[in-house]
Amino acid sequence: MARLNVNGRTREVEAAPDTPLLWVLREQIGLTGTKYGCGIAQCGACSVHINGALQRSCSIPLSSVKATDRIVTIEGLSARGDHPVQRAWLALDVPQCGYCQTGQIMAAAALLKSKPKPTDADIDAAMTNICRCGTYSRIRAAIHTAAGNTSASAAGKKA
Amino acid sequence: MTARTATATRLSRRTFLISGAATGGGLALGLHVGGLKEALAQSVLGTTGNEVGAWVFIRPNDEVVVRIARSEMGQGTLTGLAQLVAEELECDWKKVRTEYPTPGQNLARNRLWGDMSTGGSRGIRQSQEYVRKGGAAARMMLLQAAADQWKVPVAEVKVANGVITHAATNRRLTYGKVAAAAAKLPVPDSKAITLKDPKSWKIAGRSEKRLDTADKLTGKQVFAIDVKLPGMLNASIMDAPVFGAKVKSYEEAKARAMPGVRHVVKVGDTAVAVVADTWWQANAALKVLNIAWEEGANDKVSSQSIAEFLKQGLDATEGVFVGNTVGDAGQAIAGAARKLEAVYFSPYQNHATMEPMNCVAKWTADRCEVWVASQNGEASLAACAEAAGLPPSKCEVYKYHLGGGFGRRGFQDYTTKAVLVAKQIPGVPIKVIWSREEDMRQGRFRPVGICRMSAGLDDKGELVGLAMRISAPSILAAVAPARLDANGRDSIAFQGLNPQGPEGQLGYTVPNLLIDHAMRNTHVPPGFWRGVNNNQNAIWLECFLDEVAKAAGKDPLEFRRKLMGNHPKHLAVLNAVADKIGWGTPPPAGLTRGIAQHMGYGSYVAAAAEVRLSDRGRVKIERLVMSTDCGHVVNPQQVIAQVEGSVAYGLGAMLYQECTVSGGRMVEENFDSYPMMLMEDFPKIETILAPSGGFWGGVGEPTICVAAPAVLNAIYAATGQGIYTLPLKNVRLQRA
Repeated sequence: MARLNVNGRTREVEAAPDTPLLWVLREQIGLTGTKYGCGIAQCGACSVHINGALQRSCSIPLSSVKATDRIVTIEGLSARGDHPVQRAWLALDVPQCGYCQTGQIMAAAALLKSKPKPTDADIDAAMTNICRCGTYSRIRAAIHTAAGNTSASAAGKKA
Repeated sequence: MTARTATATRLSRRTFLISGAATGGGLALGLHVGGLKEALAQSVLGTTGNEVGAWVFIRPNDEVVVRIARSEMGQGTLTGLAQLVAEELECDWKKVRTEYPTPGQNLARNRLWGDMSTGGSRGIRQSQEYVRKGGAAARMMLLQAAADQWKVPVAEVKVANGVITHAATNRRLTYGKVAAAAAKLPVPDSKAITLKDPKSWKIAGRSEKRLDTADKLTGKQVFAIDVKLPGMLNASIMDAPVFGAKVKSYEEAKARAMPGVRHVVKVGDTAVAVVADTWWQANAALKVLNIAWEEGANDKVSSQSIAEFLKQGLDATEGVFVGNTVGDAGQAIAGAARKLEAVYFSPYQNHATMEPMNCVAKWTADRCEVWVASQNGEASLAACAEAAGLPPSKCEVYKYHLGGGFGRRGFQDYTTKAVLVAKQIPGVPIKVIWSREEDMRQGRFRPVGICRMSAGLDDKGELVGLAMRISAPSILAAVAPARLDANGRDSIAFQGLNPQGPEGQLGYTVPNLLIDHAMRNTHVPPGFWRGVNNNQNAIWLECFLDEVAKAAGKDPLEFRRKLMGNHPKHLAVLNAVADKIGWGTPPPAGLTRGIAQHMGYGSYVAAAAEVRLSDRGRVKIERLVMSTDCGHVVNPQQVIAQVEGSVAYGLGAMLYQECTVSGGRMVEENFDSYPMMLMEDFPKIETILAPSGGFWGGVGEPTICVAAPAVLNAIYAATGQGIYTLPLKNVRLQRA
């Protein structure tokens, strides 16, 4: 039995210690907004925040997560789906298929926490999640929108 | 290596025709869903309200539920189709919702909702007329019902935003109030319905927001991989990595002893699955099964042996099919003042949808149901019935939005395998999820191909002859042999190269021309991959034309224009991108430009690129201008999204991606060896929508075909060296 703090709630889970956090979230806790894409930390569909830091949960074994670690999934990012990143995503109609987007949103939220006014270069460096539908230009624009970057300050190299 | 057609029987379900008459009729009946409300939210037709014709269901609170027969996989068809229905219905767009009729209901009601297949960029263009008529029919029924209630002639009744009014008596009714009466009226004959002129559209033609965005931002969207049913178990599966191999043996004891494991089952002759409480447990146990395979002769096949096999097709005279011929190309080129020749190679590609293949199946002796993301719900139903050993009328398919399709989810192998697992554990819902590695190994691959391009120029630099010999596997021969021409020709091999026709006409007039296909089938199962053969055909032709233009001492745009006098729509989009990128003016310092045009899926498309080639040979795509004439645009912002998405898909393949074969199996098993285009590589894209009206072309695929050749031609402008093999990571580039 392991104890986890997920989205502010304490959860007790029964899983082998080598079970990746991703599958604990999806199968034990029932939070399916965190997605399986590759299992080798390449695609970022499984992105969550642990103690505020962006992590790819497919490659974090349950045994390495402490009961005091604060895990936030897409379901816990905001109470009503109204985090500035989510609002910007809605305003710009970012998703296509949508499968990767919860991970993209978690990555963007983490970026804005560390860099509230990111440049295009910051976005290039931080946003390494795969989107097979190719929504990258809208993701970039939505991050600028969420940051409150004006079109001039977002101009950079690709705005 | 001998020519070998991939097992047609395994893949033929795509063409399974649903026959049989109605067994039930009536609305939304026959579903035994009990407490499964959440899981089925997207699949169960509304029950509180009234069906007004096939496409419209109206709730008492005036919500309009539009039935969507096609599948939403990101391409926006759900919203576009709803806009078309709402336009004719004259309802309040803010009150529009959508739902999928199930394939079982479609079968039971004599295919009331028509074709459910979603591929070939057909979703809107091939159903726009009947769904618009469905919206119009519902409007006519609702107006008639109001007129009947008020006892006035229907001609005196008007509607706007779902509110019906009678001006003379100052009365009003909303759609929700008359829907029950309207539902009892006969549906007007579709031949008697006149549709609006698109010029007068108010909802269609506008950049409305997608209807499926909100839930995709919060984790609330349920994909098939997220479905949870009472008592459900989870399975991981492994099929023979060498295509055509069979299971010889496996060691069950160790897997069975692992935590959570409930069953180890053989799936057909070719696969084994472990069923456990959780998928992670199942997948861990699958890895210790130590499966041995009977691999047969295919275990010797490699990328090298396939390349040698295809090379034999370049000079072959047998198994060769003509796609387009004018005059005598061979003679014209032989007698030309100047001859050019180049041989191009294009590797296998994988769809690599972000959501790996998965399907939930529940089997009992008299009923089988699947919960699945499918590009063709009716094919899923057929696959389900066949694997279940039950008639389709005793099966049902609950459709979920796809976490990517791109052609992969038109094939139903993953549905079949889930049913074959569930059949061995009656009454228990089983969710089979393929690991990414399984998904990559068991693809339906965009075919490998080589192509020899030849051209002859006269002494004035005019093109007198052009020949294109494609040597490649046939997709249709493997997956739908019934769709081959009577002489065995695969018409899809010639996408974009055809002498005529609305799908993909060659945009050049050449006095002597020969385009033919040496069909050379391998053991690797081929499939329809976004854009399909347009991808390679456009790269081969457009890149070679730049070489020919250079040899003729002409500008690539001017050289093309001279061949395009009979093809004004092709030329218009090419001119549009050339103008926008500033063709004819010097590019910014350090950049070079390229252009390309093509016609695919009924749309005319062109691209212009600006690239920077570094001293070390690294390519940076600085700017892309894309143009499409798809006839009519239903939702401009979503068409732009599709253009951009197609660029990412096409350029990712061009830059990085190849599926190689070794020992008869695919080598690349995950995104570390099959890398995707990422944010930092994604170019700035300017999209020109140039709908000229009068026809309906596709949107999801066509532009993929021109992005890569435009970029390759821009690189060629920098290097002066033709690029004959892809992906580009395998090519050493050097500025001229």
